[in-house]
Amino acid sequence: MEVLESVFDALMIYGAIIILIAVFFCLGRAIVGPGAPDRVTAILIISTKTVVIIALLALIYGYSYYVDIAVVYALMGFIATVGVAKYMEKGALE
Amino acid sequence: MWSYISLILSIIFMIGGLFFLSVGVVGLIRLPDTYTRLHATTKCDTMGAGLVLVALALQADFTVAAKLIIITVFIWVTNPTAAHVIAKAAYVTGFPPIKKFHRDFIDGGDEQ
Repeated sequence: MEVLESVFDALMIYGAIIILIAVFFCLGRAIVGPGAPDRVTAILIISTKTVVIIALLALIYGYSYYVDIAVVYALMGFIATVGVAKYMEKGALE
Repeated sequence: MWSYISLILSIIFMIGGLFFLSVGVVGLIRLPDTYTRLHATTKCDTMGAGLVLVALALQADFTVAAKLIIITVFIWVTNPTAAHVIAKAAYVTGFPPIKKFHRDFIDGGDEQ
């Protein structure tokens, strides 16, 4: 039982590090990407991964109010993506 | 007994979620086209984020678990919607699909 708990704690910490490395690869695509849709895709993926990282940090450190920040960040990433895509499509935010 | 089962389930879900999140990034880097990149990343990212958040919710208190489930449902609804909006904007703006698998369903898709 205690072995499994320590395995899960280590899995949370190393999972946060793995997702952070993945975020840096996504940032490379956001810099390189040949057009605006590739960059918006990379930003969408980065925002989703950031939500997961914040939720992981909330359980690693035991700060339960970090989960509220994760809720707000999920909303913000979706609104930003849809706003940029609509601006790309119509030339204005209508 | 239930804590034992939920811990094993959490470990399995966490490993699966990390696998899906990593595979989505490989698709984002390697694939040749905007639409194929969307196809790879959004599905893998939705699945991976859902698995990791459910694995965390099995180990948290009730209020924290409820908030994590709310985030999971929200991501499951909004991530495919955002991918659809990006793909439509890319198509209208004039980014061509890759020619190898080209089959245009919006502009003259009936006669192939």
